[in-house]
Amino acid sequence: MQKAKPIELELAVVNGIELPGHWNRMFEPRVISEYDLSVLDQVTSIEGAESLGYCYQCGKCTAVCPVDTVGDYSPRKVFRRTQLGASLVDSPDLWLCTTCRNCLRVCPKEVNMIEIMPAVREQAVLEGKAPEELLTAFENTARYGNPLGEPPRKRADWVKSAEVPVPVMSQHKAPVDVLWFVECYPSYHPRGKDASVALARLFNALGVEFGILGTEEKCSGDSQRMAGEKGLFEMLAEHNVKMLSKYQFNQIVVTDPHAFNAFLHEYPKYGGQWPVQHYTQFLAPLIDQINLTRPISKKVTFHDPCYLGRHNGEYEAPRNLLKAIPGLDLVEMGHCRETAYCCGGGGGGMWLDSFVRDYTSQRLSEKRVREAVEYGADILAVTCPYEVSRFEDAVKSTGNTGKLEVRDIAELLAYSAELI
Amino acid sequence: MRILVLSKSVPDLVEELALDEDSGELLHDDMTYVPSEWDDHALEEALLLKDEVGAEVTVLAVDTGDVDNMLFTALAKGADHAVKLTGDFDLATSNRKRAQAIANYLRDNPFDLVLSGVQAIDDIDGQIPAMVAGLLEWPHASVVTEVSIQGDQIHFRQEYGGGLQAELAAQTPLVLGIQAARKPPRYASVAKVRQMMKSSTVDEVDASADAVPELEIRRFFKPVAAGHAEMIEGEPDEVADRIITILKERKLVRG
Ligand SMILES: Cc1cc2nc3c(=O)[nH]c(=O)nc-3n(C[C@H](O)[C@H](O)[C@H](O)COP(=O)(O)OP(=O)(O)OC[C@H]3O[C@@H](n4cnc5c(N)ncnc54)[C@H](O)[C@@H]3O)c2cc1C
Ligand code: SF4
Ligand code: SF4
Repeated sequence: MQKAKPIELELAVVNGIELPGHWNRMFEPRVISEYDLSVLDQVTSIEGAESLGYCYQCGKCTAVCPVDTVGDYSPRKVFRRTQLGASLVDSPDLWLCTTCRNCLRVCPKEVNMIEIMPAVREQAVLEGKAPEELLTAFENTARYGNPLGEPPRKRADWVKSAEVPVPVMSQHKAPVDVLWFVECYPSYHPRGKDASVALARLFNALGVEFGILGTEEKCSGDSQRMAGEKGLFEMLAEHNVKMLSKYQFNQIVVTDPHAFNAFLHEYPKYGGQWPVQHYTQFLAPLIDQINLTRPISKKVTFHDPCYLGRHNGEYEAPRNLLKAIPGLDLVEMGHCRETAYCCGGGGGGMWLDSFVRDYTSQRLSEKRVREAVEYGADILAVTCPYEVSRFEDAVKSTGNTGKLEVRDIAELLAYSAELI
Repeated sequence: MRILVLSKSVPDLVEELALDEDSGELLHDDMTYVPSEWDDHALEEALLLKDEVGAEVTVLAVDTGDVDNMLFTALAKGADHAVKLTGDFDLATSNRKRAQAIANYLRDNPFDLVLSGVQAIDDIDGQIPAMVAGLLEWPHASVVTEVSIQGDQIHFRQEYGGGLQAELAAQTPLVLGIQAARKPPRYASVAKVRQMMKSSTVDEVDASADAVPELEIRRFFKPVAAGHAEMIEGEPDEVADRIITILKERKLVRG
């Protein structure tokens, strides 16, 4: 049997201080590491999953992983079970991580679930081991360009209810300042559309020169990538980059933090390099120009989306917008900013609801809604299109109907500006 | 064992059907086409047989203009070969003509077992497997599940009225119309399909068929609504009460 090799850096540099590793190496592996590590080796030999092998079982991740609060799962456990010989591609563990990035924030060994999960999931998808409901979302996305399975030709139908001009680039035939990448849930989901209408009216009120891709737009695909369908992501990225390249604009503004993540970090690899902002970042500097006349005299708490906050470091813009609304009392939940808990929708969680339910005591969205209620909020403000529907369902299923409202920040602003 | 799976693309009902009400014609070019769901089941059943006994699976489509993606997807799922019958075909080509072309192909290219979806949503006539078998004078069964290879025989099941199940056997060559595969059709990852598009080919076989007796479609039209559903408004409790009242009034529930 091959014994485990200690994994230590020869030289670590921490805050500019050089820490050579040789003097505190293990002298020899202890009984605890004398396992048959072939199963772990199989996983860590997958490109992107190498860092699972770095785990030294400190348990810091277990303390912050939202899934551990509702189930029996954390990166520490994923490592330990794999070390003991349990196959990760066959384990439900593989589908529970929402790629919220909380563990990576605290892990001293930089065990990176944001890379491990997509890499191992890709393998599971290839082996036909992914949950059925996730595959349906993949198939819908491949076929229709959206995971909901809605008709691609109706992608821009929501525009009719905006009752303000929303130029579609293929007909507009002129350069614009802002190319608004709307995304799927804001195009099709009834509550997503409410936020799109609100944002369209805000753009119009501000005199923003903007346009959308309409039916030429397809899902950005970032969550499908995190859920293990990299090929699908590539196909979507190539399509969107091709469509966007046809038009002239100064910058992209996205509704969806997942699309934000894709445009920031992934699309440049496919030739799509444009300045991109989440809509809260775009609106925050313009807030003085929005006529916020109608007060919202309510206690409002804000749920940081994982892909806006932890993944991409934006915590202030959404808060600045909320604070500008007259009468609004912003209260922070215990888990906020860097420590915010996930809504459960990321990394494919949006399409794994029934699967995840079998391995957890409650939905992450339900846990989060309970936290908002605990902090006395009347309104839970969100700014990721996955969240309105997830949290509204959770408000109902936790029996909090009437106690807590869920509103996109765009809706709150448009309401205060008397635009809706 | 050489298995041939027939596949066809049908209008995608997620988009609205494009119908010219005046001429009563379907506007095929304005509609989106997707692989027929039942054919996916036939392919899955064939691939399960391949997994079990090592059959060689070929997937075949009549070239109606948009079948390549469907064939490469089948290859990505595990089919060994893909064949496209070329000739004077388009999306409106009748099943009778398609069956003739497929039968002609089968005369020149021997297979042991032909699987097709039991029917397709476009014409619901479920005749392709029966016509192919009839033209070749092969045995045929349709609305079939649970196909297995037992020695030189093929066993399969049919469900009869009254919940009765029949297990049937037939010699090859044989044509079966598959109602449902034993497992949900497998997923082909996009990367694998794209890899297939680069690394494999679809064999094109000329299959111009002679004139065949056909039906003429006089017109397509949307059914005229006879009445309207009543939408019950109100809170869930009120709606539920109202539904119970209606069910009781119509004597649809006891008590
Ligand atoms: C999972 C694991 C298993 C191991 N197994 C073995 C084994 O089987 N055999 C073996 O020989 N070795 C083993 N080792 C290695 C061994 O534990 C270490 O080499 C040893 O603990 C190093 O001791 P230390 O006192 O130098 O440092 P540490 O034990 O790391 O102690 C450093 C202490 O200083 C504190 N500290 C750090 N920075 C500051 C600061 N700025 N201000 C104040 N306090 C600070 C820390 O909080 C900590 O308490 C293992 C290590 C790990 C992580
Ligand atoms: S924080 Fe990192 S090293 Fe510690 S148990 Fe978790 S994954 Fe392992
Ligand atoms: S990314 Fe989030 S959900 Fe996934 S393991 Fe880390 S903390 Fe848990």
